[in-house]
Amino acid sequence: MTVELGNFSPEERAAQEERLRKVWETPKGLRYWTSVNNSEIGLWYGVTAFVFMLFAGLLGLLMRLQLVVPENDFISAELFNQAFTLHGTVMMFLFAVPIFEAVAIFLLPSMLGARELPFPRLSAFGFWSFLLGGVFVCGSIFFNAAPNAGWFMYPPLATDHEYAGIGADIWLLGLSFIEVASIAAAVEIIVGIMKCRAPGMRINMMPMFAWYLLIVAGMILFAFPPLIAGDILFEMERMFNWPFFDATRGGDPLLWQHLFWIFGHPEVYIIFLPAIALMAMIVPTFSQRPIVGYSWIVLAAVGTGFLSFGLWVHHMFTTGLPQISLAFFSAASEAVAIPTGVQIFVFIATMLAGRVIFSVPMLFGAGGLIIFVIGGLTGVMVALVPFDWQAHDTYFIVAHLHYVLIGGMLFPVVAGIYYYFPFVTGKTLSDAWGKVSFWLMFIGFNVAFFPMHFSGLRGMPRRVFTYPADIGWDWFNLISTIGAFIFAAGVATFVIDILRPKPKPKERNLNPWNSGTLEWTNDPSESWGMRSVPIITSRYPLWDQPNLQADIEAGRFYLPDAKSGKRETLVTSVLDAKPIQCMRVGGVSYVPIIAALALGGVFIALTFHWWIATIISAVITFIAIIWWLWTGTAQIPEMPETDVGLGLKLPIYVSGPASVGWWAMFITMVGDGTAFASLIFGYFFYWTIHSDFTGAGPGPGVFWPMAALVLYLLAWVLTLLARQLNEKGSLGAQAALVAAVIISLAASAAGLAGPYFSGMDPTANVYPATVWIVAIWTVTHGVVGAIMQLYCLARSLAGRMTAEYDQDIRNVTLYWHFMAFTAVVTFAVIGLFPLVAS
Amino acid sequence: MKSFIPREVETLWTLFTAPVVWALHFAACYATVAVFCAKRLPASFSFDSVRIVLFVVTLMALGVIVFAAWLAWRQWGFGDDDPPHNEPTRDSRLLFQGFATLLLSGLSFLAVVYAAVPLMFIAECQP
Repeated sequence: MTVELGNFSPEERAAQEERLRKVWETPKGLRYWTSVNNSEIGLWYGVTAFVFMLFAGLLGLLMRLQLVVPENDFISAELFNQAFTLHGTVMMFLFAVPIFEAVAIFLLPSMLGARELPFPRLSAFGFWSFLLGGVFVCGSIFFNAAPNAGWFMYPPLATDHEYAGIGADIWLLGLSFIEVASIAAAVEIIVGIMKCRAPGMRINMMPMFAWYLLIVAGMILFAFPPLIAGDILFEMERMFNWPFFDATRGGDPLLWQHLFWIFGHPEVYIIFLPAIALMAMIVPTFSQRPIVGYSWIVLAAVGTGFLSFGLWVHHMFTTGLPQISLAFFSAASEAVAIPTGVQIFVFIATMLAGRVIFSVPMLFGAGGLIIFVIGGLTGVMVALVPFDWQAHDTYFIVAHLHYVLIGGMLFPVVAGIYYYFPFVTGKTLSDAWGKVSFWLMFIGFNVAFFPMHFSGLRGMPRRVFTYPADIGWDWFNLISTIGAFIFAAGVATFVIDILRPKPKPKERNLNPWNSGTLEWTNDPSESWGMRSVPIITSRYPLWDQPNLQADIEAGRFYLPDAKSGKRETLVTSVLDAKPIQCMRVGGVSYVPIIAALALGGVFIALTFHWWIATIISAVITFIAIIWWLWTGTAQIPEMPETDVGLGLKLPIYVSGPASVGWWAMFITMVGDGTAFASLIFGYFFYWTIHSDFTGAGPGPGVFWPMAALVLYLLAWVLTLLARQLNEKGSLGAQAALVAAVIISLAASAAGLAGPYFSGMDPTANVYPATVWIVAIWTVTHGVVGAIMQLYCLARSLAGRMTAEYDQDIRNVTLYWHFMAFTAVVTFAVIGLFPLVAS
Repeated sequence: MKSFIPREVETLWTLFTAPVVWALHFAACYATVAVFCAKRLPASFSFDSVRIVLFVVTLMALGVIVFAAWLAWRQWGFGDDDPPHNEPTRDSRLLFQGFATLLLSGLSFLAVVYAAVPLMFIAECQP
């Protein structure tokens, strides 16, 4: 790409900067919290996740204090149960995953050379959901109402109302709410990485971090929905007594274990890969050379991403599954060591090939790798079925998982914070404090967790609140507790280093580590991100493209100005990053906060069975979301094209697969489809464990399911027709939409008519419960589909959707493709499968 | 004559071909064995028949992976150019894609073989 760069006089530049500053300005005072800018949202997200981590760490210390000596009565068994449940839950759901959403939201735009991610208000919505859900879950322990059945909430313990009180509901509903935020972040990250890279940043030029995050976001789409499906089944059992996990009425607690671990094992890699991604940014900088084996890293990231979905049963080796099934998962668990090993060797090779500068980030990175490798090796041990039978549910597992997670995640995160602190604040953290913190954490960690291997091998089970003296566990526990406090001292040192006042650096230095990647061109004192969007010709543009920093700051590249008074960023093509659109993104707004708080209200009110409050919150959520869409998306621009600089004119509005909105819909529906597949998996799971699953009481019959199917397909065809007619500018589109809405609603009624008229009682047996839940899932989607059709109709009537500007109907048609597929599967399964099965 | 070998396509999706084959193979093995061991139907169908069926499925999966690997090797220019493929050109990007796809095919091949090993050694459901 050879183009002549722009050239502006100092006056012109000052005027440009003035306009950019005004457009990207962060609001002051209380309105600060309505900001949606990625740097604010990323920072709040990160700080919140970090505070949750400190809270969960304190719970860990409480547990260690209780276990310091045998027969201790420092805290009660009940509080201990709540403490370990919340410790695991918070670390996994409120720290490990969100911290990476935070880092990604903060870093990605600058790394990719974008002004902003494509859906800033969605990020804000995700953050507020996360904050509210997190406070709700954490706060429960102060009312002695925290979940107490372990972080994976196994039924029948967790479905028992006498043992697991409101805490279990808080866990299920609070975390479901947060999972929504995670999926929102995944959509944002995937679309951002695919479509918002700087011109010239082809996929072989992408920073490693982006490759990893792309894979991780994809994994979230396939890993979180099974848990959401499981949560739905679980909560239906707790709230309405539907017997999904109750063996006396045909249910099976093992289904929960499957759904939980289909989520839970990929989750480990969802946590681990972004941490390694940070290392992939840090190692080249401190080796002062490009990473060795870029393609091998892509192999490792993609390979790990896939294989991690074939491991879930290794958490269930002791549940009595056929040994051949166990062996498949054991094999995959061994196979995943290959790509993981590749990543480690790539780092070692990069360090060997360059000249390593042992700074604090490298210290944490290298220390983390050592710890992680030890955890990886014990992982290979417990992936072997016979060994696992011995070690299962002992402290050996506690040691293993902490080595993996703290070495593979916490240490790299701390390394990342040391590394990126100057990027965020313009100041650096102290070297001396950092070294003290590292050694305290490294030594403390090993002193705390290494002895757990031995206490585990000596038979100490997980989750016991105390233990008798003289069975060989006391010394190990005493040492572990001492180590835990040394470790905590290291964390405290780090926190103090962050919080202590630091002098302003004497001279402006945006790139203190002499890094090669694009994010280091950003000035943290400006909120516009990139001053102008550069053309990229290298993987390490700051090392290889002379004068890049100065040219960016002089506004010599794309989008140096903000004449429209709107927030704009470039959209580029997926493979070669050719500019294709000048996209306008959402600015400061209250609506994401209102939507998040109202949706939070739905979940919280449900927990306490406040039905009226639930309905009111749901209505507010609905209005907020419609308002958000109506006023903030698919806005018809005042002119079709705009000048983005360097003699290039780009469209402002695009629709269909070229648009980011279409991709967001596609990605969301893939996640949604995974949750649906999990419910169908549940249906067939029950079929395998029962000799006559579909014969347990009346079925929905054939007529109503088939009627529903035909009507849904008709509604789908009408939606397609509406899109076609709209494209031709025909008013027939509106008529087609009216018909589609009516047919969709009729189809939804027919969908429920089968189980209803056959008198299927969902509390009687798992068969009617399963049929009902699958039907309700589909019908709910049908009603949402009808609302979308109605929305398109309203947009068309209001003149906000025309033949040329047709994003709305195109995205809704895409939704209906998925809807049609869902209907075919649902009604074939509930209507026709019983005929085959009997 | 029309060749049955697909022409080179420009998309990101081909990168995932081999791992997807691994996933399908894995799911097929797991589901077949799970249903067989739970249902034991029909009675005339023995565990050895299951092993043979899955063995054939494994060969098919490996065949598809090898084919995907060959396409990737072609996209990589049959190895004419060495990595790192970091030039700002379309050619370099294509070579990178080819090489990364080839590597992933290798990993997927191994992983499919891993998954097939239990079929060789375990001769019954052993609940």
